[in-house]
Amino acid sequence: MSLVEIKDLKVHYPIRSGFWNRVTDSVKAVDGITFNIEAGETYGLVGESGSGKSTTGKSVVGLEKVTSGSIMYDGKDITERANRRKLDYNRDVQMIFQDSLSSLNPRKRIEDIIAEPLRNFEHLSKEDEKLRVLQLLDIVGLDADALYKYPHQFSGGQRQRIGVARAVATNPKLIIADEPVSALDLSVQAQVLNFMKKIQRQFGISYLFISHDLGVVRHMCNNIAIMNRGRLIEIGTREDIYNHPLHIYTKRLLAAIPETNVNQRAAHRASRLAVEKIYDEQQSKYYDENSEAYPLVQVSPTHSVALPEEIAHQLANQEGEVQA
Amino acid sequence: MRDILEKNTLGGISVDTAANFLTIKDVSTAFKINGQFYDAISHVNLQVHHDEILAIVGESGCGKSTLATTIMGLHDAAETKITGEIDFEGTDLLQLDEDGYNQYRGDKIGMIFQDPLSALNPLKRIEDQISEVMDYHTDLSKDAKHARVLELLDQVGIVNPQRTARQFPHELSGGMRQRVIIAIAIACKPDLIIADEPTTALDVTIQAQILDVLRDIQKENHAGIILITHDLGVVAETADRVAVMYAGQIVELGSAEQVFNTPEHPYTRSLLRSMPQRENENDDLYVIKGNVPSLQKMPSQGDRFAPRIPWVPASAHEEHPSMHEVAPGHEVRCTCYKNFQFPDQQGGVTA
Repeated sequence: MSLVEIKDLKVHYPIRSGFWNRVTDSVKAVDGITFNIEAGETYGLVGESGSGKSTTGKSVVGLEKVTSGSIMYDGKDITERANRRKLDYNRDVQMIFQDSLSSLNPRKRIEDIIAEPLRNFEHLSKEDEKLRVLQLLDIVGLDADALYKYPHQFSGGQRQRIGVARAVATNPKLIIADEPVSALDLSVQAQVLNFMKKIQRQFGISYLFISHDLGVVRHMCNNIAIMNRGRLIEIGTREDIYNHPLHIYTKRLLAAIPETNVNQRAAHRASRLAVEKIYDEQQSKYYDENSEAYPLVQVSPTHSVALPEEIAHQLANQEGEVQA
Repeated sequence: MRDILEKNTLGGISVDTAANFLTIKDVSTAFKINGQFYDAISHVNLQVHHDEILAIVGESGCGKSTLATTIMGLHDAAETKITGEIDFEGTDLLQLDEDGYNQYRGDKIGMIFQDPLSALNPLKRIEDQISEVMDYHTDLSKDAKHARVLELLDQVGIVNPQRTARQFPHELSGGMRQRVIIAIAIACKPDLIIADEPTTALDVTIQAQILDVLRDIQKENHAGIILITHDLGVVAETADRVAVMYAGQIVELGSAEQVFNTPEHPYTRSLLRSMPQRENENDDLYVIKGNVPSLQKMPSQGDRFAPRIPWVPASAHEEHPSMHEVAPGHEVRCTCYKNFQFPDQQGGVTA
């Protein structure tokens, strides 16, 4: 059984207008997505800005009011507040935010910041609590004198690690990481990513890794879902997505990643422009008449793509994949 | 100037006389902190040619943006101390007063900023914001300016220039806003365009489009572009030459091929190694030890990168690290690049 099963999740924001301020329309931030997060794995959720990936993340932690659909955890639907409380869900699922500075209270010392989830859930004695905080600081590689410092006294990478320490304080089973490294420099990014992998190996934590950076996602994730306009476009393993992408949107995203191979520059640019051209010309083939994505069709045991059935299988055959 | 250049290129002769239009000589910029001056960039030497994109790459705090703002003269004279010489087409920019500088800014030198929303005035229509530059630097008629605005918007790849010209910044998407910023920067056909992290706030697909626009504009105007970025991928895709900066100094300078195919300086090699690559999907990434020193703690002597490669013996470094030419046009600071190896390559402990 999967750790978390997300079924047909929808988050719509109402648009009100007119004299009575009635709901006249809605923004479909997330429009019917289904995927499972397995225990101990890193699930990548990729999309451009506005695709609804962060809204999905927030719904999974319970920060967003879900319009319809279910998020099953331990056999219960946690979109209901009562179930979240019963299961201690808010303790088992934690979040790492993109902007480490604004996600740490500037008036609190690091000790209090990291101890906050412990105070909420664990009710330790003063000494035990301090010991645990020191332990956590040690895990993320910070000195004990960090205890009495304030967030602004740390560098970006250190702050992000404090955010990670806070997230792992309650021994969670799942951590939602919303663009955890996009504000960091390359060398610091490497530090944080290595560290996230290390605690995953140590504690068997699952991640829902939300990012727009396909290079980082390739490094971190076993399974990947590509999101576009509130819907899932393609789901698959790392191998499926990076080596056999089927949907034009996925291909376009992959083609846009800058390559560090200087010698291939011209070739890479040509292939990117070719994909871009197909994307512009064949909208009607890949999207339905409302220019929304089709429902997902399975083309192999691990790989699904949002296309009409015939086209999906035809493309999959071209790619030389084994059919399901 | 531009006519000479075109003639020369047409004749197939390399443009030696006009090529070196920006020469930065031994420039240092120091900021005042608690009454004392600290060097944010120190002794930078660079040349920018026409028809090239020079990328300046480095992590935050390495001084790459300071270099840009120094060229643009955007520093408060009371709080900063700038020494050296910036020779732009025969004028030393650093000797100019505010009025003199204004003759250059926006006209001969254009700048593209990182955050397009804060660089645009929310209360003015796009057309007015673009033609504002022309109000200062040209004496075009109203109609001519209008025509030029539409031409510019078209040039930066905006589909419906008529409509966009009438819109306000908040009505545009991030990519469109950045295109408008580029249109403003190139309105007077500048010889030099400084682009400070122009694509950092954008999605990868938009980023690719914006970089295409920059490259096309550079070709059309024969401009020289200084592209400041922390993204090595962007550099590898767009730059002709690359300057790698660390702690206020240029540590490696060369063509894109030289820097990416045969990187020499330990910092460049470390950076390239810490990128997630296809080959090492499941391995840990390489982490550079330690942190970038803060301004106040910047060592004034010796190799500034030395503390981050502690396994390299002190004898491998120079006392006063200088640039060494390893190949024509390829320069590396300090001597520690010779025989440099990562610990795991020597068979030692991994960093």
